[in-house]
Amino acid sequence: MDLTINGSQHQVDIEADTPLLWVLRDELGMTGTKYGCGLAQCGACTVLIDGQATRSCVTPVESVVGASIMTIEAIAEDPVGRKVVEAWVSNQVPQCGYCQSGQVMAATALLKQNPQPSDEDIAGAMVNLCRCGTYNAIAAGVRHASQA
Amino acid sequence: MNDMTPLSADVLDDDQHGRPLNLSRRGFLGVSLGALLLGVSLPAARARAQAADASIAPGTRIRAFLEIRPDSTVLFRSPFIEGGQGIFTAMAQIVGEELDVDPTQFVVEGAPPGPDYLLIGGGRFTGGSMSVRMSYETMRKLGASARLMLLQAAATRLNLPVAELSTDQGRVVHGSSGRTVSYGEIADAAARLPVPNDVALRARSDFRWIGKPVARLDVRDKSTGKARYAVDLEVDGMLHGAVQHSPRLGGEPGLLANEAEVRAMPGVHSLHRLPGAVAILANSWWRARRAVEALQVTWTEPAAGTAHAMPAAFSSDAHMAKLKATPGEGVVFETFGDAAGVLAGAQHVIEATYDAPYLVHGQLEPPSALARWNADGSLELWVPNQAPEMFQAEAAKVAGIAPEKVFIHSPILGGFFGRHFLYQTANPFPQAILLAKAAGRPVKLVWSREEEFLRDTLRPMGAVRFRASLEANGLPAALDAVAVGEGPTGRWFGRQPDKVDSSAVEGIAGKVYAIPNRRIGQVHVDDPAIIGFWRSVGHSMNDFFYETFFDEMADAGQQDPYELRRLLLADSPRHKNLLEAVADLSGGWRRGPFTAEDGTRRSRGVAMASPFGSEVATIAEVSIRDGEVVVHDVWVAIDPGSIVNPAIIEAQVASAAALGLSSALLEEVVYIDGIPRARNYDGYSILTPERMPRVHVRIVESGAPMGGVGEPGLPGVPPAVVNAVSALTGQRIRSLPLSKIDFKEMQG
Repeated sequence: MDLTINGSQHQVDIEADTPLLWVLRDELGMTGTKYGCGLAQCGACTVLIDGQATRSCVTPVESVVGASIMTIEAIAEDPVGRKVVEAWVSNQVPQCGYCQSGQVMAATALLKQNPQPSDEDIAGAMVNLCRCGTYNAIAAGVRHASQA
Repeated sequence: MNDMTPLSADVLDDDQHGRPLNLSRRGFLGVSLGALLLGVSLPAARARAQAADASIAPGTRIRAFLEIRPDSTVLFRSPFIEGGQGIFTAMAQIVGEELDVDPTQFVVEGAPPGPDYLLIGGGRFTGGSMSVRMSYETMRKLGASARLMLLQAAATRLNLPVAELSTDQGRVVHGSSGRTVSYGEIADAAARLPVPNDVALRARSDFRWIGKPVARLDVRDKSTGKARYAVDLEVDGMLHGAVQHSPRLGGEPGLLANEAEVRAMPGVHSLHRLPGAVAILANSWWRARRAVEALQVTWTEPAAGTAHAMPAAFSSDAHMAKLKATPGEGVVFETFGDAAGVLAGAQHVIEATYDAPYLVHGQLEPPSALARWNADGSLELWVPNQAPEMFQAEAAKVAGIAPEKVFIHSPILGGFFGRHFLYQTANPFPQAILLAKAAGRPVKLVWSREEEFLRDTLRPMGAVRFRASLEANGLPAALDAVAVGEGPTGRWFGRQPDKVDSSAVEGIAGKVYAIPNRRIGQVHVDDPAIIGFWRSVGHSMNDFFYETFFDEMADAGQQDPYELRRLLLADSPRHKNLLEAVADLSGGWRRGPFTAEDGTRRSRGVAMASPFGSEVATIAEVSIRDGEVVVHDVWVAIDPGSIVNPAIIEAQVASAAALGLSSALLEEVVYIDGIPRARNYDGYSILTPERMPRVHVRIVESGAPMGGVGEPGLPGVPPAVVNAVSALTGQRIRSLPLSKIDFKEMQG
C-alpha cells in the first residue's frame, strides 16, 4: 500500500485492516501519535486525514490510501500547526503531555476549517480526553492560536 | 524496522535518545572526562555506578546529579520522575538558583537507581506530593556547592583570588577586569575539587527563579510529539509483546484451543505461557495483540491458598454491603476529649454512613515495559515507574540476578496519579523480563487498555460511620467516626493489626476544627481487590466523607456551614485565613440557592482539607441541568507554606480539581462475578472537556513548613461539590459518584 504521510510517500506491506495508528507507530517509527484506548474514546491518536481530525486507532490503513495524512511529526511545517504549537507553549498547556499530540492535531484541524471559532465551536471540536484535566488551558490555547 | 534480526551483541550503541546511554548514569562534572569514560563503557562498569554504597550520603555527591557541558548547559539527573507535575522544571529552578544557571539551560532526566538519590527518608519514590518539600534544602546546597567549586576552579584558571570573583548565569566573572570564564570551560577542573562542607545559600530576596512562574522545560516537546514515553521506546532487534490475562487474578492458562492457528497469524514470532497470562510476541504490537486476543484460553481456577486470588463470587456491591455491615468502633487512631461519654448522654445526636467506590487510575499512557538481556547477563529495563530502586530489586528477583546487574531507565510518565508504584500483579515488567529471556531478544510489552482495566490497582472502596452530638446552641459537642475498609499503605508496606493504617483514615483524622470531643477509629476489613495509591490516597474519599458530614452537623444545628467552619477555626489563624481567602476569591461566601445571571438556580458548597503538608480551602458552585450536576466554578485557596513555582502550582491545583471532580461526578469501578464490568473508557466515564469548570486558584504563603502540591488540590473538590448540590436540592448525598442519582425532579 502507498501512503502519503506528511507530504512523503511511504510503502507498507501490511494487513489491510491494520489501524493506521499501528502503521505509523510500529511500521514507520512515528511515535508522536499515541495509543490511549484503541476504541476512539480518548483521541490521543488523532491525525489529520485530508484535513479532518481522525482517530487513527480505528481507521483501517486501506481506507486512507490516496489520502493526505498529516501527523504531529509535521506540525512545525504547517502554518496553522505552528500557531497552535506556539499557543500551546504560551499557555503552558501540557502536563503529562501524553494526550497533547492528539489535542494539537484536533486544534489544528479546527482552525484550518474555522479560523475564528466561537467558544461553542471550540467545545464542539476539542473533545479529546485529558486525564490531567488541562481542558481550560486547551481551550485558552485554541483561542490564543485563533488570534495569532 | 522490526526486522526480526537477532539481538545485537553490541550493547553499547543504543539508543532511542540518539546519545550514548552511559552519559545518563555516569556521575561527573565536565564532559571531557565523560567523553573519556564513554569510550570504555561496559555494563559491568555501569553496574558499579549503580551499586548501592552505604557510605554515600544522599544528595551530596554533585557528580551524581550534575553534568556541566562545554556549552555551559546543565544535565541534571532528577531523583524524582516527571509525570506532568512539573518536577523537572522545579528541580532546574531550585538547583539553577544556587548554581547561577538559568533553568532554561537545564536538560533534566530521571536518575538511575543509586544511593545518591534516596532523598525520601532514606528511600526514594515520586509520590506523596513529597518531591520538592523533601529535597528543597538538599538541592539548593547541591547547586551552591557546585557553584563554589566552579568559582575555585576559575580562580586557579585566572590566577585570581576567589574573593574577587562572582558568577553571572553560567559564567565566572572578575568584576574589576571584566574577564570571564564560562562554566563549561572549567567544569572538568571543578569536578576534581573537593565538595565544600558548608556553603551559604542565596537570600530569599535575591531569588530570580525560585518562587517565579518559570515556564516548564518540557512543554514544547510535549506539544510537538517529540516527548518520548516508555511506550514509544525501541531498541535494536526488539519484539513487540501483548498479553491476555486471566479474567480473575490467580487463574492460570490451561487449554489453548486454537494455538496452531494463532501461531500462524501474520507476524507472530512466538507464544508464551506466563504466570496468570498468555503472551504473543510479534513483529508489531498490533499483530501481537490481535493474535493474543484470538487465543481461546481455558483459565484454571486459582489453586487453594493462592495469594490475592479473586473470588468468583466477588462483587463490589456485596463488598460495600459487607463494609457497611461490619460493626464496631475499631482501633482508635485519634482521640480528643471524651466523644463516647458525651455522645452517650447527648440529647441531639445525628448519624450517617458515607461510602465511595473503587476507582482506576485511568492515566492515558498504557503500562508497558521494555526489557533487554545484555550479553554479559545484565538486564536493562525501560519502565514507567515512581520508585526505581524498588523496581530494580523486584526485577532482580524475577530475573534471578543481582540487583546491580539490573539497569532501570525511568522515562517520563504519561500520567501516573499513583499508578506506577511497585504493585507486582499490576506491573508489566515481570512479564517482559520473562518474555525477553524466553525469546532471546529484547521485548517491548504493552498492555492494551482492556488489560489495564483488568489489572490496574484500585483506589480502595471505603465506608465511614459518623455520629455527632450537638449542644443546645447548635454547635458540635462530639464527633465519632469509624472508617471501615483497608488502606493501600498497609497493603504494600505492611500492616500491624493493632495499629491503624493512616492511609485508611487520613482526611477524617487530622482535621483542624475545634470540636471538643472526638474519636477517629478504623475497622480493618481485607479488600479482595488489588488496591493501590490514587492521587491524594485516603484523602481522596475521607475528606469527602468528613466535610460533607460537617455540613450535616451544621444543618442540624441550624448553622451556616461556612460560618460554622470559621467559628471552629477561631483559634487556628492559618486555617481561618485560608477559609476567608477562598471566600474572598469567590466574591464573598453565599450558599444559595440563588439565581445566576443566566437564569439557572445555583448553590455553593465549601470544604477544607489538610493533605500532604499543605492546607486547602475549596468552594464550588453548581446547578442541575437535564438531571445532572453541572459544576460552574471551583475556587481553591492553597497554602503550601512556601513555594517554588506558582504557575505549576496553579496547574496542579486545576489538574487535581479535575480529577477530584471526575471522581465525584462519574467514576466507579463495578465488579460482578469477580470481573470488572468496564474494560475501557466506554464503560468507565472520566471527566470530559464539557464538564470542566473554571478553576480559580489563590496561593497563600503562610511561611509554614513547605507542603506538597501535586495532590492537595483534590480532596476538597468532591465535598465542596456535594455540599453545593445538597444546598441546591435539599437532598443529602452520602455516596459517590453523583451520576448514580437522577436529579431531574430537583432542577432549579
